[in-house]
Amino acid sequence: MDTMNDITTLHYLIVAATLFTLGVTGVLTRRDVIVRLMSLELILTAVSLNLVAFSHMWGNLYGQVFAIFVIIIAATQAVVGLAIAVAFRRNGEIEIPAAKASR
Amino acid sequence: MLPMVELVIFALGILLIDLLIPREWKWINALGAFVGVLFATACVSRIQFALPPRGLLGFNNSLLVDRFAIYFWYLFLAAAAVSILTSVQCLEMEDEHRGEYYALLLLSVVGMMCMAAGIDVVLMYVGLALTAVCNYLLVGFLRREQPSNEAALKYMLLGTFSYGALAYGLSLFYGLSGGTNLGTIARMVSGLNSQNPVPGLNPHNPAILIALFTTLTGLLFGISAVPLQRWTPAAFESAPTSASGFVSTGVMAAGWALLLRILLFGMWPLRSIYIPVIIFIAIATLTVGNVGALWQTNTKRLLAYSSMAHVGYMLLALVALGTSKIGSPEFLESFKGILIYLAVYALMNLGAFAVVTSLRQRDVIGDEIDDLAGLYKRAPVEAVLMLWFLISLAGIPPAAGFWGKYYVFLSLIESGHRVLAALGVIYSLIGLWCYFRIAKIMFTRTPMDVGRIRAGVALRCAIAITALATIVIGIYPQPLIRSVNWSLGIAPSKIAASPHAAVTK
Repeated sequence: MDTMNDITTLHYLIVAATLFTLGVTGVLTRRDVIVRLMSLELILTAVSLNLVAFSHMWGNLYGQVFAIFVIIIAATQAVVGLAIAVAFRRNGEIEIPAAKASR
Repeated sequence: MLPMVELVIFALGILLIDLLIPREWKWINALGAFVGVLFATACVSRIQFALPPRGLLGFNNSLLVDRFAIYFWYLFLAAAAVSILTSVQCLEMEDEHRGEYYALLLLSVVGMMCMAAGIDVVLMYVGLALTAVCNYLLVGFLRREQPSNEAALKYMLLGTFSYGALAYGLSLFYGLSGGTNLGTIARMVSGLNSQNPVPGLNPHNPAILIALFTTLTGLLFGISAVPLQRWTPAAFESAPTSASGFVSTGVMAAGWALLLRILLFGMWPLRSIYIPVIIFIAIATLTVGNVGALWQTNTKRLLAYSSMAHVGYMLLALVALGTSKIGSPEFLESFKGILIYLAVYALMNLGAFAVVTSLRQRDVIGDEIDDLAGLYKRAPVEAVLMLWFLISLAGIPPAAGFWGKYYVFLSLIESGHRVLAALGVIYSLIGLWCYFRIAKIMFTRTPMDVGRIRAGVALRCAIAITALATIVIGIYPQPLIRSVNWSLGIAPSKIAASPHAAVTK
């Protein structure tokens, strides 16, 4: 069972896909804003993992450069998201109400 | 110097100067931003006159400044300039007149320029993220208002989700092709169909399909197409009106630039897969936009739904684009249609939002359509101009909006999509009805609030500029059409090589 010991790129891709699916599910189904922000971070982590795995597979550095940018962008969006959530919280509830007139 | 660098310097300068300016003189920030936009326009025109025909590649093959990019750069800068003019009064009324707004606006334009001119996926994504983050903050700029925060939150959640999906798709494309340059990806994609394909890869490989559809998700969010259109009504309604104007025009144009670059330059051979999807999305967007606008009571939400309807027409032109051969007349007509539509749509929407801005009084939020009642008796000039913008939005000659729809329907008919053209006409009629509903309210009902409507100097300039441009382009569209022809590389008398050739070198 030698092949079970080899971790190929595909393993990384499957982990990344799983993280991506979890993140998507979190954003679409959960109601709490903080949980949704965490799910968004999961999505971007999946992207970074994907990129680094592919970078190793191809042997060039494009993926890693893109991954660094994605991590920076994820941080920026987390900051902005939390700032907006804080402002939202100061003015009312933390949850997005399910049925509002603004739908 | 690159206009983007120049705008960043101005943005940072505004952030610094804002600390020194007392409250009554905050319009100096706006002046600084406007001067920055003018400088950037000068930089772009300097680049334009020194531009080789195939475009300039820079920054290690990640930036392609070609005519397509320059057209969009001018469009973004024009949208930014008019938005800055409308912002002054809007923010003063809301008592949130801070310099950060203008800095965010300029940085958003920087991001949009990167999106339009990027040919490397990394640059495009970074530009996209920059624009997106600045726009979330612009939409949520009214910090003390609950609706603004909520709209920004919805925008941010849906946006980060879509752009995360886009990044996932792009990472898969990178993994399949080994490079982040769109040219590399395009070569890989065209290799899927050729004689010696990469073993195991064919167009219906699940990896390609997943990549394509996640990328498409992100791109469709940027242009506010179904199924990711939920953010638009809330964002336009609750944001400061000038920010709504900016997002509806500049950001949508940037989304279109990104969509066109990625779908046409990068994934052209896959069009048999995504064009049917886009047909469905176009019809769905048209339906949601036109039908949804019928029972809106808030002007800004109505403009949001009408923006979706316009995006639907442009998507129809994209369908015509995708089903024609490269370099054929239909291809160029549909490409022209999209670019012209974006330009006239930007002008009309900015004008309409500017008029809505002028309705905001000290204690009355002039958002509802009922606030427009009897506008003719309160401010006849503005009522007539709003009527003109509505005529343009409905696509009636001689207003500029007609030319957008003309080229879209022309391209549809020329490429044989007669059913879609007929559907487009039917939806136009529905849209016509809802625009004239507003016009009827403006001119026939008695005004509910007889306060005087005063528009500051900057706002009047903005309304005047957009109205004038709409009139001029409507009557004499030749300069705009010539510039679109130039940006697509079409020689005046014959059809020359299409911009697709610029990438696949």
